[in-house]
Amino acid sequence: MMAALLLIRSTSADVLPDNRADVFYSKYSGGGMDITGYSATARAKVTENFALEANYFIDKVSGASVDVLSQASVIKDERKQKSGTLQYLHDKTTYAASYMTSVERDYISDTASFSLSQDMFGDLTTITLGFSNTHNKVGINNGTANKPDVAWLGHALTKAYSAGLSQIITKNFIAGVNLQVITDAGYLANPYRSIRYLDGSAKGYSLASQVYPQTHTSTAVQAQAKYYLPYRAAVTGVYRYYRDTWGVIGNTYELDYTHPISNKWIFEGRVRYYKQSAASFYSDLFPFAGSQNFTARDQNLAALDNTTIGGKVTYAFLPDGWRIFKRGTVTVDVSRIRFNYLDFRDIKDFGPPQYKPGSEPLYQFSAMVYQAYVSIYF
Amino acid sequence: MRLRHILISSAFAGSLLLTSGCSIQPWVKPYERDRLADPIMAWDRDAISNAYLDHIRESREGSRGATGGAGGGCGCN
Repeated sequence: MMAALLLIRSTSADVLPDNRADVFYSKYSGGGMDITGYSATARAKVTENFALEANYFIDKVSGASVDVLSQASVIKDERKQKSGTLQYLHDKTTYAASYMTSVERDYISDTASFSLSQDMFGDLTTITLGFSNTHNKVGINNGTANKPDVAWLGHALTKAYSAGLSQIITKNFIAGVNLQVITDAGYLANPYRSIRYLDGSAKGYSLASQVYPQTHTSTAVQAQAKYYLPYRAAVTGVYRYYRDTWGVIGNTYELDYTHPISNKWIFEGRVRYYKQSAASFYSDLFPFAGSQNFTARDQNLAALDNTTIGGKVTYAFLPDGWRIFKRGTVTVDVSRIRFNYLDFRDIKDFGPPQYKPGSEPLYQFSAMVYQAYVSIYF
Repeated sequence: MRLRHILISSAFAGSLLLTSGCSIQPWVKPYERDRLADPIMAWDRDAISNAYLDHIRESREGSRGATGGAGGGCGCN
């Protein structure tokens, strides 16, 4: 389901970015899951107008989210993602073509994308247009972590159309807006998650497969503004509105503060709040089997909110460069996310006789996200 | 009617902008953009990190898109 989406990067198109290499480590821990990621990226200008970028990313997953754990054992999996990008600069226009492939034992995703970015009006305005096409192959592992038995269930096709505008307002103020429309068709359900419906069993309910529509279209608009304060620091405000044909409406608010100290340190703090309504065919507990055409109990489609508090520190080394290296940075980023579900109940830890179906406590959890990376510019 | 009024006004403003686009003078001169060129004013200072955070969110939220981030894979488990 996670389509690979085209980027809208509102940067100046007059000069291609500096050559850069990154090594990246990440860890996500929360809600019964531990995911460790490693990544390497290199970007180099072949000429002043032509650049290449390559990225390799590997995620190692252990554990599973609560709705999967309520019916299955602990899962171990790995996701490998490779991508390559060509960038070409002509006058004030930058063209980019990318290809990305992501492979898990039970999910294979390939994305081709194209974008162009145009500076205009004395370079005060940058317009970006993009398109991407993704093919997903969806399966389910009926075996174990060590002895997989994958059954392929179907395909999903995703097309993403994006447009972006970045505008310099004053010498201290820049603002932008992004629009993205994404359409999916095919097998869109998460095969590891189930619905539950009331029946006469000892538990009071039984589980059944989810049934999703075979099409899905979403529209998201994000507005953002960045202001350079009277002293050397910046404040960023972001708002995103989202709605889709499944009835989910989401609102995201984010505020960042960036504060450098000398030319060696940059400190950044962020607060993000997100809230969404449930999909129209979502229910935590259906009244009986086959009660409606489409049924979902995926926690991502429940009504929920989450709050993120995070901080990032960047330290610059080699300020005067060394041999071919111009400079380098080390960054550590830590976030805590608190998830609250408003109509998704915790049936893993609570149940009869103390809790009747539908009266279990609402699910909530906290996750920690750690990132550490080294970037070298050359 | 209100929506129609907004659409007509937007189309009129858009055509004005397009027809006069070539004559717009940059009101922030290139030599006044030192603050905007400061790395702390970049939209996307660390693209890999931002893409990773977007992937984390899109695997756990119903919303997606328009953030400037990217990520592949399922996030099914």
